[in-house]
Amino acid sequence: MKTGNKLEMTGIAKSFAGVRALHGVDFAVAGGQVHALLGANGAGKSTLMKILSGAYETDEGEIRINGEAVPMRSPADAKRAGIQCVYQEVDTSLVAQLSVAENIMLDRLASPKGKAWLRWGSLYQEAEAVLARIGSRIPVRKRAGDLTLAEKQIVLLARLLVEDAKFVILDEPTAPLSLEEAERLFEIMEGLKKEGIGIIFISHRLPEVARVSDRITVMRDGRIVLSEPAEQVQAGGIVRAMLGRSFEEEYPKAEVPIGDTLLEVKGLAAGHRVRGVDLAVRAGEVVAVVGLVGAGKTELSRLLFGADAAERGEIVLNGKRAKAGAPADAIRAGIVLVPEERRKEGILVGSSVLHNLSLPILRSLSRFGFISGHGERRHAEDMIGRLGIKTPSPGQLTGFLSGGNQQKVAIGKWMRTDADVFLFDEPTKGVDVGAKRDIFRIIGELAGQGKGIVYLTCEFAEALGLADRILVMCDGRFVKQFARGEATQEDLLLYASAGREELA
Amino acid sequence: MNNKVLQFSFRYGALIFIGLVLLFFSLYNEYFFTYGNLMDILRSISILTFVAIGVTISLTVDGFDLSVGSTVSLTTVATATMMIWYEMPLVVVIVVPLVVGAAIGLLNAFLIVKVRIPDLLATLAVMYIVSGIHKTYTKGYSIYNNMQFQDGTKAPGVMNPDFLWIGQGKLLGVPFPVLLMVIAVIGAHVFFKYTRVGRQTTMTGGNEEAARLSGVRVKRIRTWAYVASGVFAAIGGILYTARVGSGQIDAGAPMLMDAVAAVFVGYSVFGAGRPNVIGTFVGAVLTGILINGLTMLHVQYYTTDIIKGAVLVLALAVTFIHLSRRKA
Repeated sequence: MKTGNKLEMTGIAKSFAGVRALHGVDFAVAGGQVHALLGANGAGKSTLMKILSGAYETDEGEIRINGEAVPMRSPADAKRAGIQCVYQEVDTSLVAQLSVAENIMLDRLASPKGKAWLRWGSLYQEAEAVLARIGSRIPVRKRAGDLTLAEKQIVLLARLLVEDAKFVILDEPTAPLSLEEAERLFEIMEGLKKEGIGIIFISHRLPEVARVSDRITVMRDGRIVLSEPAEQVQAGGIVRAMLGRSFEEEYPKAEVPIGDTLLEVKGLAAGHRVRGVDLAVRAGEVVAVVGLVGAGKTELSRLLFGADAAERGEIVLNGKRAKAGAPADAIRAGIVLVPEERRKEGILVGSSVLHNLSLPILRSLSRFGFISGHGERRHAEDMIGRLGIKTPSPGQLTGFLSGGNQQKVAIGKWMRTDADVFLFDEPTKGVDVGAKRDIFRIIGELAGQGKGIVYLTCEFAEALGLADRILVMCDGRFVKQFARGEATQEDLLLYASAGREELA
Repeated sequence: MNNKVLQFSFRYGALIFIGLVLLFFSLYNEYFFTYGNLMDILRSISILTFVAIGVTISLTVDGFDLSVGSTVSLTTVATATMMIWYEMPLVVVIVVPLVVGAAIGLLNAFLIVKVRIPDLLATLAVMYIVSGIHKTYTKGYSIYNNMQFQDGTKAPGVMNPDFLWIGQGKLLGVPFPVLLMVIAVIGAHVFFKYTRVGRQTTMTGGNEEAARLSGVRVKRIRTWAYVASGVFAAIGGILYTARVGSGQIDAGAPMLMDAVAAVFVGYSVFGAGRPNVIGTFVGAVLTGILINGLTMLHVQYYTTDIIKGAVLVLALAVTFIHLSRRKA
């Protein structure tokens, strides 16, 4: 085993717009070691890794390789230092039209120092040799575009060897893989270890982390809260470290009588992200759907809203089968969605608050096709007051509002529709504390009016605080249901990250 | 300071430029700033304005319609042949080209919205097809009163004088096409500003996915936008025939670029930064003034294209420098 390379990050600190994302973090990885980096969403892992890969510049602290300080100002600096990153979106890094061999040797082919003429024979041989070193036998003449996702990852890893990588960041490489494929990936990682490469492994699946890692580090709120050799930590310890003491946020949970079933979903499925979901929501009920990033929550919400077409399953609303051809149909049937991608999907950033708020209800604001300017303005002022939207005037462009106020606009536009079921997809993402409280209050009011709420989130604390019922989603399926007060954050995280293999 | 100058030039630059151009031509030629000449200018741009309103609509939904020029050509000869070849009543003479324009719009919409060909490519292909149809239909000849066919016979009909009045007549001392143009500009402006469908059209262009997720039926909206673009081009074709009294071959060929230029000059009017009807009208007026004034200066017709192009570059530069600053 070749070792010797050592990467150290000391006292790394980073702030964004005055908000501290990292507080003096120390992190180290040695050649031939797999170091798992864990943490809940927003704990600071990705910021730390972006600093390491040169995407961000650190405010304080330094990065040393083998004791020598290396300035990391751009991704090119990181590459020169031998630090490579494999992101989840493998397709962006591969050239689909080229063969596996060409993709592996891409760096050399693209380099200006390369030879002018190619020798195809030796190119294929070399590529084969590289793949063999990490124990893979992908045919090197195959087009990269025809590979499976797992094979593409392997090709990228093989390329790292050619590029003399010393340290590799694997950002949730197993999230899109099946169990068998993940197993293959771990063998490849073993091969990389033997080559003396240090691996930083980011994953949400705890069982595999415990299996493949030599060392485990957990981050929370921009700090390292746990860093120990893998054999000395238990799964429960990791979960506790990730969650920390639970924040005592205030959830204005009003007791609301729960009525009849409003929405019933049976066997809803599309692609590999939503694989057969059954769901029932009753009047006045807040149902939380929790899951990690990539569990299929957003896809589920888009299917329910008719934004994407379902392959199978049916949606029944108020006893009537809803035809989910387009969002316009869903709105007419009585389902509305506050989407996760607020700036791209929830609001029109280039239009005024006034126009955003009235868009779904233009029909009721118009007479003979002409919009009543007075009615539109009164509606906007009413919503701005009721939801506490902070804007200098209704004519302000929505793009200039803060994240929380944009979200209130995205919610406010649905308030005057006669919707029975409100879907919220990560409504508190990028929203400040005050706006968060307002959003929770609005949700409570809606439930009080007898609306059904589906609250999709990866923030477990919010689900526990708000919901009457919690469904845990993993790999496109609901794996567990909890009634209010039955679950702890630890339970939710365990089911959300263990997936179905643990439950079987 | 520098920023303020830029802001100001973005908002009022186009209008000030028009003012300066007007002043310059008026000083140069005493005949320029007379009622008769100004009406001439407006009449000369009335056809262009109709086509440009169509282009404005397709650009508003974030699309593009390259086929408007050949639509003008086809509807021009369609209008003329209705009278000269087939001796149809006035209603038919007007309805047929409108239907043709709408059909071309529907074809565009089908290719773009249903088949999902990118707008520029789809309308480019349709431009070829329509242009080919119009030449095949007339066998490459212009259509005029009692025209002679290749076999020696003569066409039975002549231009209907009532029809010619649409393009050449006056109402209360104002040329009729100018009145039509003013009505169309006000109508389109009111449509976009005060009606439900108009608002949905603007929002669809602003962000199609967000509009769709707000319940706007974006496919329907985009379809109507292309149909409207075709119909406005058809009105342009009808006016053209009425104005010149014959069905000229390839009448609409220069119309596409002029219309697109007018719309993009319009981006910079009042700092809109997006397609808007009033801006389009201002752009068309500027085009008309330039051509008229330069002709009086005895500048060759072909040279005016250089000046039109330069003005377009200027307007685009002001608009896009401003837009990219705003983003930064």
